[in-house]
Amino acid sequence: MMQKDIKRLSLYLLFAPFAMWITLLIILPHLGMFYISMREKVAPRVYEFGFDNYINFFNEPIYWNTLLRTGSMSLLVTVLALLLGFPIAYYIAKIAGNRTRGALFLMCLIPLWVSDLIRAFGWILLLRETGIISSSLQWAGLINTPIEFLYNDATVIVGLVYTVILFMIVPLVSTLDGMDDAMIEAGYNLGGNGPTVLRRIIIPYAMPGIVSGCIVVFMLTAGSYLTPILLGGKNSSWFTEQIYDQFITRYNWESGAAFGFVLLAFTSLVIWIGLKLSGQTLNSTVARS
Amino acid sequence: MAIKPNAAFLTGYQLYIVVFFVFLAAPLVAAGMFAFNDSLFPSLPWRGFTLDWFFNDTEPKLGMFHDRRLLRGLYYSFVIASFVSLLSVFVGTCNAFLFVRCKFPAKDFFYIMMVLPLVIPGVILGISILLLASNIANSAEEAFSLDLGFLRPGIILVVLGQFSFITTITSLVIIARLKKFDESMEEAAYNLGASRVRVLRTITLPFLFPAMAAAGIVAFLVSFENFNTTLFLVGSEAPLTITMYDRMVKVGSTPVLNAVSFFLMVGSALLALVSVLVQRDKPQT
Repeated sequence: MMQKDIKRLSLYLLFAPFAMWITLLIILPHLGMFYISMREKVAPRVYEFGFDNYINFFNEPIYWNTLLRTGSMSLLVTVLALLLGFPIAYYIAKIAGNRTRGALFLMCLIPLWVSDLIRAFGWILLLRETGIISSSLQWAGLINTPIEFLYNDATVIVGLVYTVILFMIVPLVSTLDGMDDAMIEAGYNLGGNGPTVLRRIIIPYAMPGIVSGCIVVFMLTAGSYLTPILLGGKNSSWFTEQIYDQFITRYNWESGAAFGFVLLAFTSLVIWIGLKLSGQTLNSTVARS
Repeated sequence: MAIKPNAAFLTGYQLYIVVFFVFLAAPLVAAGMFAFNDSLFPSLPWRGFTLDWFFNDTEPKLGMFHDRRLLRGLYYSFVIASFVSLLSVFVGTCNAFLFVRCKFPAKDFFYIMMVLPLVIPGVILGISILLLASNIANSAEEAFSLDLGFLRPGIILVVLGQFSFITTITSLVIIARLKKFDESMEEAAYNLGASRVRVLRTITLPFLFPAMAAAGIVAFLVSFENFNTTLFLVGSEAPLTITMYDRMVKVGSTPVLNAVSFFLMVGSALLALVSVLVQRDKPQT
């Protein structure tokens, strides 16, 4: 009996910090945000409840166009990160020798510990009109006038892929690492060629890692702020910029909250669809890494 | 090793790996190297090596160690990151014991709740906490004319905002380690007559310590470099990333920002190295 009481007590004691963290910092703020997004200021200190803020969002093409743009560019970044990152992860997990493997993996992680801001700053120094690439090309005689590489969509995408690709590589390496080489050998012995083995054996095995990487990368991209703004300039039209604008510039917290909720709903929907399509769950993917 | 491709393919593959790592390193090298260029602008041509951007004490080449605002930002970042790291390791350890050792209803559901903060965009976490805190503060002021200053944008809100998602990271790291623990070690200690507290202190916690230290370092670094969540919660005590961003937008890029970048890169690299060494200290069984 005594033993049981102690167990129960320690369960409560351990549950308390968890419950406080999730309730006070995650659930209540989001409920509050939803509540605020549902009201509209009609006069000082007088509010009306309804879906007006959301209706405004859908009536203004600029807003939902920005959301769609952010969403489609984020998907593109996710796909690019997967295509570029998969060979790297495969090399680290399966081809590199034991020594190089650790070194390569560590090298992959180094940019992870450097702030977004510094990475974007580095890209600016490389790509702007007076930047390293432009002046090197001039010096080499390939171009006559300086070229501005910044402030276009391609640069934003390159910058975003750069920022997030590590979050794709890390889960991929850890899933591929757990794969038995014998499975690949067996595929070859049964007469499969390279592409078949990749499609029928390696990719299905790596699926949890692929999905986990894609989820994290998509969320980070859609929610990113610095990279699109600094590399895309004022015309980057990224959705987080709209949210910031509503909050800080226009001081319209009600509609900013609605925008935040739209972004949250949109990204959750995309992830939900992704999980359904790949037959995975949040527990089998993100939680493992 | 597994696939035996032909030589041309392998060479191409290795070339791709090299190109990729050049791509990874390029912006970091660019950000770091102009810290040492003796020029007022972070761009080519190279005008010779200097340490002025770190140590010089006069305008126009005010070095980072004499720039009051940057130093203040560094100090606030350090304070915030320390609190976040301590708090999130504490709650993360509790969570690890909760999810690895305890049985309770709807455990899977709560586990998903624990992972969730990691997939909520940082901007959203920031604004939702800002909204709730401001609303509580406003209501308290109207109803009881109480001034709850700590709920206004400032250091405490920044700590809470960062803590809200960093705790997920620390929990996952510590859970992974606790799962590897062999519970028969604890049973052996109980059989030898040790008390619960003693077993926890002398056996379980020492086993967990490498993971706790690594989680703490990761939390510290993530907090130090966080921008998205912090942006909405920051008051007058701006941490370093915010100060740097302000400087970049208002003054434009100057080599002192390169000096700060270099300093931060070296600092994080050293900390990351420590976290790797701590975890490698005792080979896992």
